[in-house]
Amino acid sequence: MFAASSEAGSAVLSSGFFLEHAWAIPIIPAVAFALIIFFGKKMPMKGSEFGIASMLGSLVFAAGAGYQWIQRVNGAGEESYVAPIVKTWTWWQSGGVEFGIGQHIDGLSLAVLCVVAFISSLVQIYSVEYLRGDRRYTHFFASLTLFSAGMMNMVVAENMIQLILGWEIMGLCSFMLIGHWWEEAANSRAALKAFFTTRTGDMGLLAGTSILFFAANDWTQKTLGVSGFSIRGLSAWALSGDPSHMAIVWGAAALFIAAIGKSGQFPLHTWLPDAMAGPTPVSSLLHSSTMVVAGVFLVARLYPVFFTGMDILHGSANFIVIIGGITIVIAAALAFVQTDIKKVLAYSTVSQLGYMMMGLGAGAWLPAVFHIFTHAFFKACLFLGAGSISHSASHHSFEMKKDMGGLRKFMPVTFTTWVVSTLALCGVFPFSGFFSKDEIIDNVGHNGYTLFMYIGLGGAFLTAAYMTRATYLTFFGEPRGAAAGEHHDEHGDAHAPHDSHDDHGHDAHGHDDHASHDTHAAHDDHHGDAHHGPHESPALITVPLIILATLAIGSGFLNAAPFGEKWENFKKWVEPRVEVISPTGLAQVVGGAGEVRVASDESTDTTVAGEEASATSDGHGEEATASGDGHGEEATTEGGHSAHESPCGSETPKDGICVAPMIHHAPFKWSKALMSMIIVFLGMLISWTLCVQLYEKKNKSLVGLTERNPLLGKGYRFLVNKYYLDALYENVIVRGIAHPIAAAAYWVNQNVLDGIVNGAGTVTKKVSGWVYRNVDQRVVDGAVNGSGNAATGLGGFLRPVQSGKVNQYGALLFGTAAIGALVLVIINT
Amino acid sequence: MLLNQFLILGAVLFCIGVYGVIARRNAVLVLMSIELILNSVNINLLAFSLRNGSPDGHTFALYVIAVAAAEVGVGLAMVLLMYRNRRSIALDDLAEMKG
Repeated sequence: MFAASSEAGSAVLSSGFFLEHAWAIPIIPAVAFALIIFFGKKMPMKGSEFGIASMLGSLVFAAGAGYQWIQRVNGAGEESYVAPIVKTWTWWQSGGVEFGIGQHIDGLSLAVLCVVAFISSLVQIYSVEYLRGDRRYTHFFASLTLFSAGMMNMVVAENMIQLILGWEIMGLCSFMLIGHWWEEAANSRAALKAFFTTRTGDMGLLAGTSILFFAANDWTQKTLGVSGFSIRGLSAWALSGDPSHMAIVWGAAALFIAAIGKSGQFPLHTWLPDAMAGPTPVSSLLHSSTMVVAGVFLVARLYPVFFTGMDILHGSANFIVIIGGITIVIAAALAFVQTDIKKVLAYSTVSQLGYMMMGLGAGAWLPAVFHIFTHAFFKACLFLGAGSISHSASHHSFEMKKDMGGLRKFMPVTFTTWVVSTLALCGVFPFSGFFSKDEIIDNVGHNGYTLFMYIGLGGAFLTAAYMTRATYLTFFGEPRGAAAGEHHDEHGDAHAPHDSHDDHGHDAHGHDDHASHDTHAAHDDHHGDAHHGPHESPALITVPLIILATLAIGSGFLNAAPFGEKWENFKKWVEPRVEVISPTGLAQVVGGAGEVRVASDESTDTTVAGEEASATSDGHGEEATASGDGHGEEATTEGGHSAHESPCGSETPKDGICVAPMIHHAPFKWSKALMSMIIVFLGMLISWTLCVQLYEKKNKSLVGLTERNPLLGKGYRFLVNKYYLDALYENVIVRGIAHPIAAAAYWVNQNVLDGIVNGAGTVTKKVSGWVYRNVDQRVVDGAVNGSGNAATGLGGFLRPVQSGKVNQYGALLFGTAAIGALVLVIINT
Repeated sequence: MLLNQFLILGAVLFCIGVYGVIARRNAVLVLMSIELILNSVNINLLAFSLRNGSPDGHTFALYVIAVAAAEVGVGLAMVLLMYRNRRSIALDDLAEMKG
């Protein structure tokens, strides 16, 4: 029996070099960072070659690992558990707790790794041209490379400590990159704001990790033999039915606060638009595949914790989905009042991240992860497109109303890629956004979060509308300002309207004013040689745009649910197979051989249990047990194509552990897709009509409406002031809490601490005076002088002996020897 | 007893040598006196070697002679330098080390 069952259950999963060495993916850019810092300035390309080479190296590794992972999944049985490739080494030990470092490679991490490596490569290539001649060119590439390394480290992280490491590296690098042109006060303020705002959330990460560690460590050590930091340990623990309710709720909430900070969710989204102060490639990288995705990735990675902690299966609203829903709407609304093209995109990112969070909060794990994947491409393309415009057409201005317009004639490539990405972002049918965003909305509704499905649809309407507005202002109508060829003074003209625009203060500074630094000459040359008017960007900029735009169309077909299950490859490769596995199966994974037998329960019990177990591993008979408990039927009927059923997530697993919750996918219906399509086109149409009326026809009833109608005016000001959240943070919270604390600290400093210090000083002075007079002067000096005197006296006494005459010395020598001999003789006789 | 005569000869030579080292002012004569001392020691070594019937003493005496030759070489070189610098080899003049 044993032989039979082991044969049935031992489909050896394939592995490969890249999967086994995926831990090298973050190492490559980290090494490149060191190389750039130490040797970058001496290299012919000022260090950028190290950055680009490391990114391409990581991309090769990530793509290779992705390919081998697909082999591994395809080689495994249809519904058998595909173990992640986990490796761990001891990083350090402290108080008997081992902190590991290693890799946890599965579909999710590989999907994100590929995206990160790919986008980073393109962004670095783009930056070569975009930042040519910049003062801190080498340091820019160093930070950019380390930034990607941080993200990759977070993605491959085997445990929470490693994840925090990557998370913090990103926080630091985002600070350096946003404040790249720190000579401008607004830029350094934006960098500080980004840093402090995310730090606020990061406290949640530390708190959540600690809570989960102390709650889970005993269980994971006992059951799996891994520490309570381990991601697979935490996942299994969360679904085991053992964790205390309080611990997992608070742990999940604390971790989600970290995700709010990093992923720019309401109410900590305010740093994201200000982060536009950085160079455009940074914005592109930050907003597509790294940094802001980190929070979403954290939730996706530790999904079982949130699944259980937030009770995602049964609720109709929870913390995550509410925050996600609010973020979608408020960010989309803010995008309407922006005149800075990058800020429109920034709020769009915030809104899209809201979709991902809402999807995760409502149990739509796979669509949310897929949205990370597709969003990265089209958002990177949009940002790089904005950068291309500012680089070549609008003299480094990002003001749509003032310096753009009519650019479609001058920049055909940028225009085409922009439109493609915009359609993808809006979720128009064959473009990638459709396949991910619509799936999110669909699944959110399917899982019982009906209200949030409507919020998602409303968000889709708003998205279509504000992107149409931005497209119109940038590419249609008459060229204005710099786009019309006006060569205005960078300092005076560009700043004055800008300052009046956000006179509410402390706003991130709207354009990449690098021409104001010592690169001024270089840029003047650049424009002098070429055209004075707008023109298309060089190939180093357009080629990444074209590649990204192609992916903005194509990447959606990786998981094209409308065309049937055969097209759902992303689901097949990325979504964890939900199975009850034996803890020993996971322990084998811990062993790190990479080749793991599909776990079955035969080792846990004797004959009877073994019989069941062999049945399980043979026929994937969880359906039998699940339906026996009464949970299987409802899902098989409504789940459509997801016939497979597992008790994971909904009940305590018996005789084993789960590492992922069972989630049902909504069956695709063309009617639903059609509805959202209509909404999107409606948004575009209304927005287009309004734009034409407002900006081209100058319709009397629309122009200046906000000034005439007090209600609309108030709403407009409310939006322009970003819901007064910045004012709340800076004036109320910082002034109200930080300033009194600072004042109190100052008072304590002056009165208490200084008193103590001064008192201690006085006492010390008195004591030391006494010591000086008595101990030092009398005892110590006396001893020193006494020994000196004694030595002098002795020397004087012995002086005559040293006559300097050899004969005398000889006489002394022999005399002494004779006396010695005499003594010897006397003693011996 | 033959041994006694050897030892007495050695003792006499030793005393003459010591007297020479202490009393003589001429550096060359001091060196020669040192040679006398060493030779007295050699006689003692040979005497005890003969008495015990072992060749160790002989061997050791040969070593002493070799060392003595080297010592005389160094000593004479020093005397020569002394003479060159001061036109004198009187040891009483060399009292710069006086404390």
